[in-house]
Amino acid sequence: MDYVAPAEVEDLELHDPDTFITKYVWSQDHKVIAVQYSIIAIAVGLVALVLSGLMRLQLGFPGMFEFINPATYLQFVTMHGMIMVIYLLTALFLGGFGNYLIPLMCGARDMVFPYMNMLSVWVYLLSVIILMASFFVPGGPTGAGWTLYPPQAILQGTPGSDWGIILMLVSLVVFIVAFTMGGLNYVTTVLQARTRGMTLMRMPLSVWGIFIATILGLLAFPALFVSGIMMLLDRVIGTSFFMPVIISLGQQLDYGGGSPILFQHLFWFFGHPEVYIVALPAFGIVSDLLSVHARRHIFGYRMMVWAIVIIGGLSFVVWAHHMYVSGMNPWFGFFFATTTLIIAVPTALKVYNWTLTLWKANINFTLPMLFAIGFIVTFVNGGITGLFLGNVVVDVPLSDTMFVVAHFHMVMGVAPLLVIFGAIYHWYPLVTGRMLHEGMGKFHFWVTFLGTYAIYFPMHYLGFVGVPRRYYDYEGIEFIPQSARDLNSAITIAALIVGVVQLLFIYNMIWSYFKGKKSGPNPWKAASLEWQTPQTPPVHGNWGPNLPLVYRWAYDYAVPGAKDDFCPQNQPRSADAGSSAMVAGSAPSAEDN
Amino acid sequence: MAVVIVLVLLVVGSVIFTFVSPYWFTPIASNWGTIDDILILTFILTGIVFVLVVLFMAWAIHKYRYDKNRRSAYEPENNKLEWWLTILTSIAVIAMLAPGLVVWNDFITVPEDAHEVDVLGQQWHWAFRYPGEDGVLGTSGVQHITFANPLGVNPDDPNGQDDILIATSQVMHLPMDRPVKILLRSKDVLHDFYVPQFRAKMDMIPGQVSYFWLTPIREGTFEILCAELCGVGHYQMRGKVVVEDEASYQTWLTTQPTFAETMSSGGVDAGVSLFDRGRLLAEGQGCLSCHSLDGSAGVGPTWQNIFGRSETMADGSVIVVDEAYLRESIINPNAKVVEGFDPFMPPYDLTDEELEAIIAFMRGEGE
Repeated sequence: MDYVAPAEVEDLELHDPDTFITKYVWSQDHKVIAVQYSIIAIAVGLVALVLSGLMRLQLGFPGMFEFINPATYLQFVTMHGMIMVIYLLTALFLGGFGNYLIPLMCGARDMVFPYMNMLSVWVYLLSVIILMASFFVPGGPTGAGWTLYPPQAILQGTPGSDWGIILMLVSLVVFIVAFTMGGLNYVTTVLQARTRGMTLMRMPLSVWGIFIATILGLLAFPALFVSGIMMLLDRVIGTSFFMPVIISLGQQLDYGGGSPILFQHLFWFFGHPEVYIVALPAFGIVSDLLSVHARRHIFGYRMMVWAIVIIGGLSFVVWAHHMYVSGMNPWFGFFFATTTLIIAVPTALKVYNWTLTLWKANINFTLPMLFAIGFIVTFVNGGITGLFLGNVVVDVPLSDTMFVVAHFHMVMGVAPLLVIFGAIYHWYPLVTGRMLHEGMGKFHFWVTFLGTYAIYFPMHYLGFVGVPRRYYDYEGIEFIPQSARDLNSAITIAALIVGVVQLLFIYNMIWSYFKGKKSGPNPWKAASLEWQTPQTPPVHGNWGPNLPLVYRWAYDYAVPGAKDDFCPQNQPRSADAGSSAMVAGSAPSAEDN
Repeated sequence: MAVVIVLVLLVVGSVIFTFVSPYWFTPIASNWGTIDDILILTFILTGIVFVLVVLFMAWAIHKYRYDKNRRSAYEPENNKLEWWLTILTSIAVIAMLAPGLVVWNDFITVPEDAHEVDVLGQQWHWAFRYPGEDGVLGTSGVQHITFANPLGVNPDDPNGQDDILIATSQVMHLPMDRPVKILLRSKDVLHDFYVPQFRAKMDMIPGQVSYFWLTPIREGTFEILCAELCGVGHYQMRGKVVVEDEASYQTWLTTQPTFAETMSSGGVDAGVSLFDRGRLLAEGQGCLSCHSLDGSAGVGPTWQNIFGRSETMADGSVIVVDEAYLRESIINPNAKVVEGFDPFMPPYDLTDEELEAIIAFMRGEGE
């Protein structure tokens, strides 16, 4: 068959924003929307950070703080978990990084549905406002745990069962609407709007990670959506989807025939892919950070892509490993333990390939590199404890103990957050034209990396002892020795230090926006497309009059025979030995920042 | 080079912590040592991987740190290396999974000769039931639960008449060296029967019966905790299990009331004083999970010296606690809430007689 040249599609007229409102508020520019998403996510994340500090105060120094009672404690636990998982990590990775990076890395002018993209961020803000409102209603926010298991989530005896749980469920439903509008955009943009030459197998792993994570989200969130609606109906109009015959606190309730386990299946059918909705973008982004700052291609690119795809696929058949001791049919244990441990293989391969990227590299110890190294250590630590919990029979003693808390914080809390930090240090110059302050950044890195290790590594051992999670107070429990209580105090001190240092990071972002060193174009000498825009930061439309042409993958570092140690994706191969890595036709201007 | 040193110290420190720190498994008291074995096998294999990966990385970032006169090696793929790593990882995974599944098969296969004990969870209290002389538990269900029949034994089932009920003490007994199938029920929300020394645990779900089995192998008294979040009193839902020799177990069992006995005498509380009836009610309705008797802080005000005490209300007014206030606060708890507490307590629909008993108990505690 003859070669068919890709069709030349004429550029559409861009509606350039001309007022402050259309430029920064009701903006349809993916870059502005990304920043809006990020600011909202980080702000609400700070609320969750404070909640974790309060919770740790009670665990480390029980009874010392009058305002923390069993009810408020559970409310802190619940809101901390839900905010961190959904409203910070999911929103920041997909709404923030996804929005910013996908069009720039694929060589598009914007998302394919800019108006829907704008709606997405405002609906997301609405969901956050609804969630925050639950702090101010009678009874306060829900304290059902972030898993919201019925029947207790909607019954008296759980804090926030009046209004808090309703607002939580409504907020989740609204969030999913927002996510779907954004998610359809990300997927369609990756599939339809890549520039010429940008084949799928030339895409940076960041895009791959975000792309697959978004597909997971589009398939998994509906399960949470329907279970949220069903629980709302149970709570508000008295249906019995999840409610069997119950006598609650001496009262015969008007429910019957429902199944509490049904909710758990629906929740974890969403909840397990959710882990990978957070992890896959982190996998992708950290691959790019390692490659750029080690001045070496990512090792085993194709294997890395397939690992992301396989992990994403498998993540839909492992959900019940969260339910080994839920009372479901115990025969499920064989199936779900097997699928769960199979996931370990592609995941381990990714870890090997990250370390092999560093092998024979030329490593710059920049801030993004430090965070990437911190991520690998944390992720390996958190990943291997997954082999304990995934192997059904080993999960039995460890389930519902602090071991679980330590595991998931390492693997889907701290590890992705380290990537987020590294990514912000990496792309901040692209977004603002200025570098973040290096000294503050180093301090931030060391305290965060070592501090979180000090929090979560010993916490696993509390799980070995058998210390249960979600306990307000361990007073009077004999099998928990004093040494374990002392350890809890030490963990609290470490947690408070780590928490406070995050404020320094926020300060650094604000300070550097005004006073940071000017970065100029492409300060890291990166090969991927987002750094090759005519202006830094890129302006509306990203690419000037002509879309870039892509000639190679995103990892051409230290190419034998090439003059420079990196070859941008839009540099023709014929130019490798030439004199300049500058993009032909681009005119770097000084007007930006 | 700080990074390299820190990574090495991190690995060394983690290994030392594992061996030197006092935090390890609480000594086992059941047959599930095999679970501990698989856990330790997993720990060793994964520990080796952790040490190797981090040390390799430390070595690589030391050896390949930036040098402006050098370039990285350009070698995008090495299929042979990647396949070897895949195969080795798969072998390690199988080495953990296969024995794990064998033990899981044991875990879910209840021995034929296991005797049964029924555990009922409620917010925030444990109750137990043993089959009587016929060795068979009667059927049960939440719809049968009344104050006189707190475990919901089916009153029409002949098998249930001789069932032995432990409704209020929260202490169960088990004989040594005999496999037991623990049947788990709940009347309100999810709970989880968790004895750390047994290693086994399982959720309790309203509307269905779950189970696990074990053989106690060590005498002693162990704590029963709830391991599935069940509301504000979750952390206070505690019972005891006494593991003892067969003879002591049988002696204990024969002193406990049967279902028929409790029903014929008008329920678990028949023939006891008003004060004791109140105590049983307070335990059975979960009052004591929020209201302490010893003055310690809880979800609600303590009942120690409550009668006659002056309390400041949320609206600033001051009330001297008397019978009328206590009655109102049980029937309509949120009418007058004590300052510093959340309007949290559900209304209780108690009979006059029950109200009298519970107030007698509350007064008695102050004396």
